[in-house]
Amino acid sequence: MNVELKNIHKHFGKTYANKGINLSVRSGSIQGILGENGAGKSTLMKILSGFIQSDPGGEIILGGNSVVINSPADAIHVGVGMLHQDPLDFPPMRVLDNFLLGRSGGLFPNRASVRQDFLDLAKQFDFSLDPENYVDALTVGERQQLEIIRLLWMGARVLILDEPTTGISASQKQKLFITLKKLAEQGMTIIFVSHKLEDVEFLCSQVAVLRAGELVGEMKPPFDTSKLVEMMFGKVVTLGERQPAQTGETILALQDVSLEDVRLKIKNANLDLKAGEVVGLAGLEGSGQGLFIRACAGLVRPVGGKVFLKGKDLTGKPYHTFKRGGVNFLPASRLEEGLVPGLTLTEHFILAEEPTAVFIDRAAGQRLAEDRIKSYNIRGTPTSTVESLSGGNQQRAELALLQSPLSLILLEHPTRGLDIESVIYIWSKLKDRCKKDGAAIIFISSDLEEVLQYSDRLLVFFSGEVSEPIDAATTTVEQLGQLIGGKGWPQKGDVNA
Amino acid sequence: MNQETLLVGLAGVLAAAAPIIFAVLGETLSERAGVINLSMNGTILLTAMSGFAVAYTTDSLLLGFLAGMVIGALVALVVAFASITLKQSQVAIGFVLALTCRDLAYFLGNPFMGVSGPRLQAMPIPALSAIPIIGPLFFRQELSTYISYIVIFLAWLWIFRTRPGLMLQGIGEKPAAAYIRGANVNVMRYVYTVIGGALIGLAGPTYSLGVRAGWMGTISGLDGIGWIALSITIFGGWNPARAAFGSYLFAFLQWLGLVLQPVLTQVPSQVLQVAPFPLMILTLLLVNIGDAEWVERTLAAMPETTRKFMAKLLRAMRASPPAALGVPFERD
Repeated sequence: MNVELKNIHKHFGKTYANKGINLSVRSGSIQGILGENGAGKSTLMKILSGFIQSDPGGEIILGGNSVVINSPADAIHVGVGMLHQDPLDFPPMRVLDNFLLGRSGGLFPNRASVRQDFLDLAKQFDFSLDPENYVDALTVGERQQLEIIRLLWMGARVLILDEPTTGISASQKQKLFITLKKLAEQGMTIIFVSHKLEDVEFLCSQVAVLRAGELVGEMKPPFDTSKLVEMMFGKVVTLGERQPAQTGETILALQDVSLEDVRLKIKNANLDLKAGEVVGLAGLEGSGQGLFIRACAGLVRPVGGKVFLKGKDLTGKPYHTFKRGGVNFLPASRLEEGLVPGLTLTEHFILAEEPTAVFIDRAAGQRLAEDRIKSYNIRGTPTSTVESLSGGNQQRAELALLQSPLSLILLEHPTRGLDIESVIYIWSKLKDRCKKDGAAIIFISSDLEEVLQYSDRLLVFFSGEVSEPIDAATTTVEQLGQLIGGKGWPQKGDVNA
Repeated sequence: MNQETLLVGLAGVLAAAAPIIFAVLGETLSERAGVINLSMNGTILLTAMSGFAVAYTTDSLLLGFLAGMVIGALVALVVAFASITLKQSQVAIGFVLALTCRDLAYFLGNPFMGVSGPRLQAMPIPALSAIPIIGPLFFRQELSTYISYIVIFLAWLWIFRTRPGLMLQGIGEKPAAAYIRGANVNVMRYVYTVIGGALIGLAGPTYSLGVRAGWMGTISGLDGIGWIALSITIFGGWNPARAAFGSYLFAFLQWLGLVLQPVLTQVPSQVLQVAPFPLMILTLLLVNIGDAEWVERTLAAMPETTRKFMAKLLRAMRASPPAALGVPFERD
């Protein structure tokens, strides 16, 4: 179905999120929508999917007919389905219930026939989903698969995907891309929203770039990456050159550390981390990286082995002992674990400082906040609450909250969902801090290129197995992808995925 | 104790659990939609009083029960309006209503204190009541007890087996996801809160026109039932079948306290009267034990098959509240 957006404007109070956008997507094509965070991509897609309405004067034309879309239910009725970045599903419910929820019909749904439809669709796209499983036991990638076949079953002929490659594994991404190409061949219209250039370039048959609410340009393959970047940011952005690490004393030493939780066991992990070094942890989500990094932070107690921080044995000591030793942990969920929603930036900086008196010195806090906002380039004011900041700025605020002196920074998905500019900025700040304080960094990322670009050495995780430290400079994305998938491991022959 | 007195006692447990079941299932429906109706304790007292008063004045049991349901629904409507439309704290409004309705019941109920009025009579079901053991246990009850059986089944059927019931689960779990699937979240929340309120309002007359017939003001012994029902809602994991089990367990423990009093003379009677409460707490702990870290550790050390089995068992026992409980829904 051809999709045409005509003269779409959208204001939120003073912010002008979409300025007169005209876009036309042909049936059977994969349209990429590129733009940095806050460029207006999400707003435009929410208008098309009925979540919000455009300002008067705009028009949406589907397959030649002008349509009015007032709600997501209207949207799916006319054939527009959207896959949201955080899947809008019901985690404690079963896959089959999630699948059939929202489909109209009689009082008692015919589960047997729904189940058959589900299995047929899953098979068609080679998804292995168990209809009786609970959604909270699925990975993000599998939840996307469920949502895709649900939307198809509901009759979607236009599929919008919002940042679908964030948080899924390389092999799931591959499967997703195959699925999308197949759907396009069947005549579906795919709109793929992303800030990841390589994904868009690989997949799309046409790309539109948004910047500050305006459609600044369109491109067809072959794509010119530097030109796309220039369109996205309005200027040229380059990745820094890899620099060999200047390593110093040992910061963290793990000796034969074993870890356990309900799902998996890690046996005999070893690491000798030097000051100034960056170690990346790669692996499919839930392969043990999270457990590992929490053990380095003192949040998980090892069941065997020893943990030394700057030569001191901290095995089994609580998190606060680690923190006093200069260990800082930035978890993946910024608003749940990292920051306090409802508090302003000033209040965060005051909280993070050692208290000097019983009462709060507001004026000093204000000065501190202004200072940090400037030096960390946070787009916000001292009185902005953290939840009002964009993801990139929340991450900057977290960096500004790192204590000094610092010996070890632990990061979980430090740049997930951020655009290139923010990614480059955050890494340059991190490396600065590392050099200045003589600290080391351990980070988890599902973005293989990020792992290779920014780490000196890396550890690969595969269902609880931990590799020996691997030199990042001599590893390719392909090699890393194989290791993550369980191939090319030296020791056992029973790994295949 | 011979078999007959035991059967009569256990049949009494089923009857005594009926009002608790109404209240717990009403609360379950409301909370499934995401609205906590904390007014329950006051609502039960107020509807017990007014149900009795209406039945006494009009000499109609039916009108008494209807009055209870209407008042329960109206109180719930206040909760719904304050929390859904005005987006105020459900806890605050619920608490205030719980206190107000209780005092209102005592104050307005004065003229009906201690008068004897109409009450439900046992209605043995022909044929079924003649079956040995099962008959006297289940089928020589009052009408309200039969209705409680039906309500348990219907509530369970509705929530877990029907299309609107699935949507109800969705609304309480993630309203935004229910919204994109076509649900009118706030309207549905109103509907379920009010229906839940009517069910809670059925609990009062079930006491004052049946289980504990009459209105005795502050010594009616009904104060506190609402809070117990609230905890049984949690114990029941927002599942009508489990909630019913919790209600029966509580009524049974209370009965046991009474029966054991003459036997265990060395135990102070107060201990036996209070025992059901800590026992309920213990059960609650047991139900949610799977979340404890040490349990996870112990499980991790077990062999694979045992571990999987135990994990499944704990998973089935675990009850997590609807994720959006108490959270107002706004489009975007």
